[in-house]
Amino acid sequence: MSFILLVEQVLNGLQFGIMLFLMAAGLTLIFGVMGLINLAHGSLYMIGAFAAAAVAGYTGSFVLALAAALAAAAIVGAIVELVVIRRLYDKDHLDQVLATFALILIFSEGTRWLFGSFPLFLDIPDYLSGPVTLPGGIQYPLYRLFLIVVGLLIAIGLGALITKTRIGIQIRAGENDREMIAALGIDISRLYTLVFALGAGLAGIAGALVGAIQSVQVGMGEPVLILAFVVIVIGGIGSMKGALIGAILVGLTDTLGGIFLPELLKLFTDPATATSIGSSLASMAIYILMGAILIWRPTGLFGARS
Amino acid sequence: MIAERYLNAAILAIFFIVPAWALWANEPFTITLMTRAAIFALAAVGLNIALGLGGLVSLGHAVFFGIGGYAMGILAFHAQTVTPLMEWPFVIEGTKSMPVIWLTAIVLSALAALLIGHLSMRTSGVYFIMITLAFGQMFFFFSISWSAYGGEDGLSIWVRNDFPGLNTLQPIQFYGLCLAILCAVLWFTHRLARSPFGLALNAARQVPQRVETVGLNPTRLKLVAFVISGAITGLAGALFADLNRFVSPTMFSWQMSGEIMVFIIIGGVARLFGPVAGALVFVGLEHFLGGLSDYWLVYLGLLLLLIVLFGRGGVIGIVSGREKAHG
Repeated sequence: MSFILLVEQVLNGLQFGIMLFLMAAGLTLIFGVMGLINLAHGSLYMIGAFAAAAVAGYTGSFVLALAAALAAAAIVGAIVELVVIRRLYDKDHLDQVLATFALILIFSEGTRWLFGSFPLFLDIPDYLSGPVTLPGGIQYPLYRLFLIVVGLLIAIGLGALITKTRIGIQIRAGENDREMIAALGIDISRLYTLVFALGAGLAGIAGALVGAIQSVQVGMGEPVLILAFVVIVIGGIGSMKGALIGAILVGLTDTLGGIFLPELLKLFTDPATATSIGSSLASMAIYILMGAILIWRPTGLFGARS
Repeated sequence: MIAERYLNAAILAIFFIVPAWALWANEPFTITLMTRAAIFALAAVGLNIALGLGGLVSLGHAVFFGIGGYAMGILAFHAQTVTPLMEWPFVIEGTKSMPVIWLTAIVLSALAALLIGHLSMRTSGVYFIMITLAFGQMFFFFSISWSAYGGEDGLSIWVRNDFPGLNTLQPIQFYGLCLAILCAVLWFTHRLARSPFGLALNAARQVPQRVETVGLNPTRLKLVAFVISGAITGLAGALFADLNRFVSPTMFSWQMSGEIMVFIIIGGVARLFGPVAGALVFVGLEHFLGGLSDYWLVYLGLLLLLIVLFGRGGVIGIVSGREKAHG
């Protein structure tokens, strides 16, 4: 177990966590402002990835692909909000779960219809591929480093948007008291559409960015969606800070657990058993983390105390 | 408008008439379809105890469905390979006997429900939905990495398990067994909803504070409902695995949890026969629409969306003209 491997895995975990943050931020924003649980957030991630793969295949430009992912997911998000989601705000959580589950079915099968069942591939552009040498002589893929930097920049931008701008003030006011901000003359339904489109756009970008290191296929959004749920449960629903810390915690636990748990078990038992038990445990590690945090703090690390 | 009572009788009649016709017309596939519907109905009747009576929106009931499935798979696997399941501290052999498998499935899923329910019920609302979903994923990934029992590929069982006095290889006999269990569980649920426990549970869902003031513990009531609910869904899982003679991590997948919930919504929440009607409609759609288009889930999605947005009360609610279930 060398130092280099440790640094590499920590960076991988960080990269995974930052991408999860992009998903979780949208989810937690939508829940915080509109009180909506949106299972279809994974579909928006998938739509972003498909839009990026299609545009990259057509134009060959990675920048255009990212722009297309953002635009496609945000536009689809806005349309879905106007047609369906809007009718769900005053319904109970069960209805929200089912309606957004129905949306997943429609989006997944619709995408399969359009693009077929085979995965698409989104290539990393030349200027971002290849390894980069970090201080200390560690080789690390440039693209993954790029993901960390871009993700952190988006997180900072989002933080600035929410704390510094007028829209941000309206969003925070909407979280606290939606009747009052409507009474103050702010068009609440426009704000809701905007927040939903913002969350959708973040998911779309995440889908496109991750799509370049994994395959772009139907159903790619749901595993990420569920991890994003774990993130906001850990961080506390509605808390942006919680989403960031939760995401990094989950990313690190998942990545490091997969590497180090089997190694750790090898100290106690024979290698074959250690590998099999270790990998089983590692696949459960983030859920064990979630369970432990919930026992300690039932509303998450930064959630409002009830 | 038709009274719900007659509608329930009509739904139940379908479960007798269609297989009888299929037997006469020599259409074993129809019997298999009806078996599938009966098992899905059983799983959903289980979830409905937590969801309809207890108000617990569990998006992780595939955990119990899967545990039931794997209980059957693992026991039958050891029986067909003649290897003991466990040698230390005492020997446990595999078995092909359905009653033993069912009991194992019920006990194990009840234990899992106790643990998951105990942890999840520290929270409520959206947290509860997300946590049950996350527990589902935990079991899903565990089953994928559990290579001793097939991992991602699942486990195949060569011959359907035995039930004393029946030839379960005959589709109609296995169907009869499933239908008998479904009817027994429906009767049990009906009694449960009207028992002191059911009434207290109903109250705990609506106004937990009042239940607390009369000296009952609403969380404990809900936990018991969750355990019963999980046990029934687990039994359905064992039957489902036996129907297919195959278990795989798909039984643990979150889509499975979603589908079990969809059966209830299509039929109608908190109605005794809601899940039964929903499972019947689902299997019907799956068969007929699935035959027309590979993308039939789009239509299911649209139907579901319409029911949620405009038709509260599901199929039974629409036909019987009653928005809300009573009692």
